[in-house]
Amino acid sequence: MSEYNVINSRAPRLDAPGKATGRAKYVDDMSLPGMLYGAILQSPLAHARILNIDTSRARSLPGVKAVVTAKEAGLVKYGVSPARYDETLYCHEKVRYVGDELAAVAAVDLETAMDALSLIQVDYEELPAVFTVEQAMAEGAPLLHDDYPRNISAEVHQEFGDVEAGFKQSDLIKTTTFVNKRQDAAFLEPHGCLAEFDLFGQLTLHTSTQVPHYVMRTVAMVLGIPVGQVRVVKPYVGGGFGPKCEATPLEMSACLLAKVTGKPVKMNYSREQVFLHSRARHQFIHTITTGVKKDGTLMALTNECHLEGGAYTSFGIATVYYSGSLLGGPYKLPNMKYDGYRVFTNRPACGAQRGHGGVAARAAWEQQLDMIAVDLGLDPVELRLRNIMSTGDVTCNVLDMSSLGMKECVEAVRDGSDWNAKRGKMTKGKGVGIACGFFVSGAGYPIYRSETFHSTVVIKLSEDGGTAQLLTGSAEIGQGSDTTMAMIAAEALGIKLSDVRVTSGDTDLAVDLGAYSSRQTLMTGHATKEAAEDVKRQVIEVLAQELSIPPVDIDFKNGLVVFKNGNVDFSKVRTSYIQEHRGWTDPPSGDLTFKEAARMAFLAKGTIVGTGKYKPGRLGGKYKGAAVGTSPAYGCSAQVVEVTVDMETGKVIIDRMTDAHDCGLAVNITSVEGQMEGSLSMGMGEALFEEVKFDGKGKILNANLGEYKIPTALDMPNVKTIIVESNEPNGPFGAKEVGEGAIMPTIPAILNAVYDATGVWIHELPLTPERVYRAIQQAKK
Amino acid sequence: MKRLIKLRVNDKDYELAVEPNQTLVDVLRYTLGLTGTKKGCEVGDCGSCTVIMDGKPVNSCLVLAVQANGRVIRTIEGVEADTGLHPLQVSFVDKGAVQCGFCTPGMVLSAQSLLERNPKPNEAEIRTAISGNLCRCTGYQKIVEAIHDCSEKMTR
Repeated sequence: MSEYNVINSRAPRLDAPGKATGRAKYVDDMSLPGMLYGAILQSPLAHARILNIDTSRARSLPGVKAVVTAKEAGLVKYGVSPARYDETLYCHEKVRYVGDELAAVAAVDLETAMDALSLIQVDYEELPAVFTVEQAMAEGAPLLHDDYPRNISAEVHQEFGDVEAGFKQSDLIKTTTFVNKRQDAAFLEPHGCLAEFDLFGQLTLHTSTQVPHYVMRTVAMVLGIPVGQVRVVKPYVGGGFGPKCEATPLEMSACLLAKVTGKPVKMNYSREQVFLHSRARHQFIHTITTGVKKDGTLMALTNECHLEGGAYTSFGIATVYYSGSLLGGPYKLPNMKYDGYRVFTNRPACGAQRGHGGVAARAAWEQQLDMIAVDLGLDPVELRLRNIMSTGDVTCNVLDMSSLGMKECVEAVRDGSDWNAKRGKMTKGKGVGIACGFFVSGAGYPIYRSETFHSTVVIKLSEDGGTAQLLTGSAEIGQGSDTTMAMIAAEALGIKLSDVRVTSGDTDLAVDLGAYSSRQTLMTGHATKEAAEDVKRQVIEVLAQELSIPPVDIDFKNGLVVFKNGNVDFSKVRTSYIQEHRGWTDPPSGDLTFKEAARMAFLAKGTIVGTGKYKPGRLGGKYKGAAVGTSPAYGCSAQVVEVTVDMETGKVIIDRMTDAHDCGLAVNITSVEGQMEGSLSMGMGEALFEEVKFDGKGKILNANLGEYKIPTALDMPNVKTIIVESNEPNGPFGAKEVGEGAIMPTIPAILNAVYDATGVWIHELPLTPERVYRAIQQAKK
Repeated sequence: MKRLIKLRVNDKDYELAVEPNQTLVDVLRYTLGLTGTKKGCEVGDCGSCTVIMDGKPVNSCLVLAVQANGRVIRTIEGVEADTGLHPLQVSFVDKGAVQCGFCTPGMVLSAQSLLERNPKPNEAEIRTAISGNLCRCTGYQKIVEAIHDCSEKMTR
């Protein structure tokens, strides 16, 4: 039995009934009187100089209310990291990828807006383009941005310890090169938004985003509106997984068009435009060298990575840091060197996607560890256990594992998958593989440099004392944060979950940096807990005074008042409550309730409002880039995957997956499992079939969910999920992340299982039948 | 030129003037305000717009409104009973089958259609029935469990 009353349970999600009945509102379900429809003109060319844009025919089309280009929008530069603001809302001198935005139109309906786009005449002078890292970095290659030589948008060079010395002490040194493919996050709801200005010039933007806070700031900056006059409201969001972590040209266009026309403007990306906007996982090319002792002790690691990044930086600086820093653990590694290069190409910009920057690095290294295990004649589980970090360990790049149930996760999946009976012991074509991984539980620093709180939360009691209204700017995007926050508030306040009502995702309510870097459970959770404790303290103070007992003698549990020193005569409070509530239908009986106490507090002090706030203390190392990868806590995962490979066709079928994740205390057990299962599904898709493909001119060939294949119900096996609960000292009630850490081991566990099944190492994704078949044939030669 | 069509949606009759190129999903969402039917791709890949037409699940983005003339249609709004959630919806809630919720209306309708044809489906049958409904959040496991749970409860 849990010591808690609300958290650490399987409480049904608060938003589930609304979503299961179709009542939950997403942005395209909204409409406003007089609303116009917007559409964006995008470049058909990958790289070209803009000679002229003629919008006159579009402007004169009946029904068109506004046409905007760089001339109207201005040239304010924006992006994700202030160090790389390299985008303007619309292109002015040149276009840099097929899909780059040139103009936007608002019209009375979408059809008219689309017609107007086709009437905008753009004259181009086509420029030579680069599509790969190799082409982009070649001597004399055309530059996308003049001020970035060799098209390098960001580079990182770090060394921790002394790798040269580490290699000298090694008995075995292994080098491999690993390549993944560009991904699309393939959330089900395409981006959409609805912008309106009121008569006082205040802007409200309803949008499908993970980060209302950052969208608010970017919109204000680009449109030149004081940030206090911009309100961003996130209705329900149909998934994000990373690419909805930044302000989009769609959102800024809707705001600009609303400003110009004075009417509300609705805009949506089509599915094809979701692919064109991208901001999803990069292609990473990792060359990794590991040195180990004969007994498997890790001595040194060098990691060189090139990221094919597309036309703008987006999250790229963070990404290129993450693809180095996230190899610091979860193994004891004394020496690590990293050289990362994020490179511009004439393709859609890549950004953040679940497991930001670390997924390909993790796959590359965990595969290499298995190769080393084979060479040393060690069981891959044993090799990992010999090097495993545990609670209190600090990585060579100064990531503090304040709680880490990594060993417990490895043992759980070893035992839960029947590893010892299976590894190397199954018939040809069948195999098992293991891998580990870890991830931040919230970025330690905001994207822009600031002393801001990462989260503030307000909890307000209703006048009758019966409902605690939780107000937060955090972003429920499907992961269940509203329910998690309600559970934390109910637990901390001592009331029932059904008595908490959550309003979230609105920049007017409170500050929250949003749903990225697996931060909300820990960070918004802390602020929520503090706000609930504030409310509790206020109510207890009033009640203690009314009853003439010390505040410390009073507690709340399950909505009831608990007197720690035995019975207290509360008849005065009850009588007063019932007198106040003449004609109301719910007179209290039995034990004194929180509701009665809260009503007393209201009568004494007015509306009871509690506030909470959170920002991490100073964390991590002092080296350049230390902010990326630094977190108040780290979640970790181990997985065993069992596969069948058809040796004649190369087709890989995932038979079983066993996943153990250390999420600290599981606030909502069902939601934790849901994150684990969803992570594995996304990882499986990337491992087996997902790849954004291009033609020779930079146009996406499979910008749809038919040809960009994500796992269906028939592809996914059942997953055995094992929750390992450590107690995270920096988390609210000991909780930390699960949203992204669980994807880390999936791809390498599959690669390692395919080796066990076939005896072949494959260093390139996805594992299509063709690639696997060729590898098997090659190995026969 | 708009055409006049008749639709019976969730037991209610409508006479509507629609454009010949208007899809059923757009008419349901924007003309009738039944926004529970979602649009994820508009080309029949994702299944978010699944509705039941004459007893069969269809992608309403691939049906022209004029093709639906005279048909009987059930959307997610027609699943909820007067007394509250349909047992399938209860199972989806209880089993944690809902995350972002964008695929959920289509999933519920595909599942309901399956259970009408086959009240006691096995796991393979459940997975096949929802294989046209993409979900990026859940990995499908809890959705399969929810449908199984509902089948158990309804056939007990």
